[in-house]
Amino acid sequence: MKPKVAFFSFSSCEGCQLQVLNLEEELPTLLGFIEIVNFREAIDEKRDDYDIAFIEGSITRESDIEELKDIRTRAKVLVAFGACADLGGVNALKNFHPQASWLPAVYGRTDYFADTMPTKRVKDIVPIDFVIPGCPIDKGEFLRFVQSLLLGIKPRIPDYPVCVECRSKGNVCLVEEGKWCLGSVTRAGCGAICPTFRDPCAGCRGLTSAPNIESLYNILMEKGYTKEEIMDKFRIFNGLEAVSGVVHVP
Amino acid sequence: MSHDINIHHITRVEGHGNIVLNIKEGRIEELRLEIVESPRFFEVMLLGRNILEAPPITSRICGICAISHTAASIKACEDALGITPSENVVLLRKILLHAELLQSHILHIYLLVAPDLFGEGSVIPLAASHPDIIKRGLRLKKAANDICRVLVGRHIHPIGMVVGGFTKPPAVKDLAEVRRILEGMIPDMEETVRFFEEHSMPEFNRPTKYCSIRDDKEYALYDGLLYAKDNPPLEVQRYKEFIAENVVSYSTAKQVRSGDSSIMVGALARLNNNYASISEEAKKAAERLGLVPPCTNPFMNNIGQVIECVHSIYDSLKILDILDANLSSAPFNKDGKGGVPPIEPREGKGVGVVEAPRGSLYHEYGIDDKGVIRSANCIIPTAQNLLNIEKDIEAMVPSILQLPRKDIERRLEMLVRAYDPCISCSTHFLEVKFIE
Repeated sequence: MKPKVAFFSFSSCEGCQLQVLNLEEELPTLLGFIEIVNFREAIDEKRDDYDIAFIEGSITRESDIEELKDIRTRAKVLVAFGACADLGGVNALKNFHPQASWLPAVYGRTDYFADTMPTKRVKDIVPIDFVIPGCPIDKGEFLRFVQSLLLGIKPRIPDYPVCVECRSKGNVCLVEEGKWCLGSVTRAGCGAICPTFRDPCAGCRGLTSAPNIESLYNILMEKGYTKEEIMDKFRIFNGLEAVSGVVHVP
Repeated sequence: MSHDINIHHITRVEGHGNIVLNIKEGRIEELRLEIVESPRFFEVMLLGRNILEAPPITSRICGICAISHTAASIKACEDALGITPSENVVLLRKILLHAELLQSHILHIYLLVAPDLFGEGSVIPLAASHPDIIKRGLRLKKAANDICRVLVGRHIHPIGMVVGGFTKPPAVKDLAEVRRILEGMIPDMEETVRFFEEHSMPEFNRPTKYCSIRDDKEYALYDGLLYAKDNPPLEVQRYKEFIAENVVSYSTAKQVRSGDSSIMVGALARLNNNYASISEEAKKAAERLGLVPPCTNPFMNNIGQVIECVHSIYDSLKILDILDANLSSAPFNKDGKGGVPPIEPREGKGVGVVEAPRGSLYHEYGIDDKGVIRSANCIIPTAQNLLNIEKDIEAMVPSILQLPRKDIERRLEMLVRAYDPCISCSTHFLEVKFIE
């Protein structure tokens, strides 16, 4: 029997789900192996009997918590799908502003109530089985992930830094040119796509398990960046990792 | 006869929305298009950050129109910083807007709208019953994505598209590949026009105020003045005289009006305003598909998208001709070095407006003398359409009340879907409830 797959989206741009729809050539074949029972962005059907749940987006309101816990009780496998689910992503940037300032900053008045709370990662609410990292996710990685699950093999996400892929492409190092780039501490698997386009790695795939943060700080400070500027770059995607003590300012 | 129609989480749209409709004795007692997507607070996220980070951060407002957000954001930054990008940079941005429009419209008309034309609940059964149609849609969509992949790495959250230019401008061979992809799309696009010639849209007309940007020189997507019929064209910096936002209690998104009217933005609005400047190939498609501006049937927005796709392919090819001629005599960037010229911060305010696939997209930032963002505002196409969708539902319901409840629901969902709402976009800010 084909495993039943569901996609759920919380606070996000829905770009990671869209990456699945962007598998134009592979999608018809993929549908021969899995049954999609819940994918609001693309289909009308909504069923709750799924085996694998892909969770896109951050958790940013109380009602999300209950919904996520309910999904956890139903799903055999729960996957944090993309940077918002995995790391909090850009949604966590608001956490660095006092919550009382959020509404006035948008409306200049305070007589509104909004169901919102500081951004949380999926793993802050329920146990997760796997992560597919990235902003957005890499669609090839998603395919390999599903393939592994179907074969009963534990899916593997690289734990070496983006630098490895970047060097193998023969790119000129952006840090050596004096640009901030978090590739040396960020999990690879993206093919170093940003530095290959000469745009610094902002760390959307999260940190490797043993990132040498201190060394990166030292190099970037030699290049003229302040501690605060470097911290700010980490916060683009890894703000909650920073809060939880993973990213230290030496 | 009493109906309580609650369509919870309208499917085949981007993001979460509900229709609440309560009908008693043939009269609408209650009607709301509720937007229930989580609030995200992008305007807050940007505060205190360097203005050069605004484009990659606001790109994350929306996965489907990330290039438009990036472009509107870059234009607002450049307006604030007093930067004039080179002609080649502008031309490349225009090709990227076309590619995104193609990817977005094709996704909508093939994967989300086409199932309605066959009475199917989604693309999956349609792919089983009519595989050729879906395969054609997927080929076109992939081609549009491939253009983005060649130029900016990917379609969702473009890479290297930054304030001042492109961190890695395309080589001549990249542009040749883009040309090859575009030319390859023409036969499938021709088939697409033929396909929609065979399918008619529901008949329903309600004139409204059609808003877009307008440019004397071309069919405006990247640059222009704010335009609606009977309104004097306005510089984008004066957008607050053109549209006004207000908050409604039941929606995460704000409602937008122009004067005292609801407005419509997107393909149909652009065609109504700027039909004269669209390419000849697109005009031929419009004639075949029976869309003669001014058109007041919102369902025809789907057809407008088909016509715009034709235009985007041919206009991109025209832009490529200019780029090729420019690059044969000079390097991509003025300085000849590639990359982006250095940027000096200065205090200021900037507004950037582009036509995203779903309509006019506004970004505005205020920065201090260090280039740090002190204020930010974004107005998203779907938010501009919400009030208009409600007014359409209100006008349409009496004429479909005799239908079975299921058909009423289906017709209402089709109407909402015709606007191609992108709810994730329109709720980049908040869910709001009034405290009584």
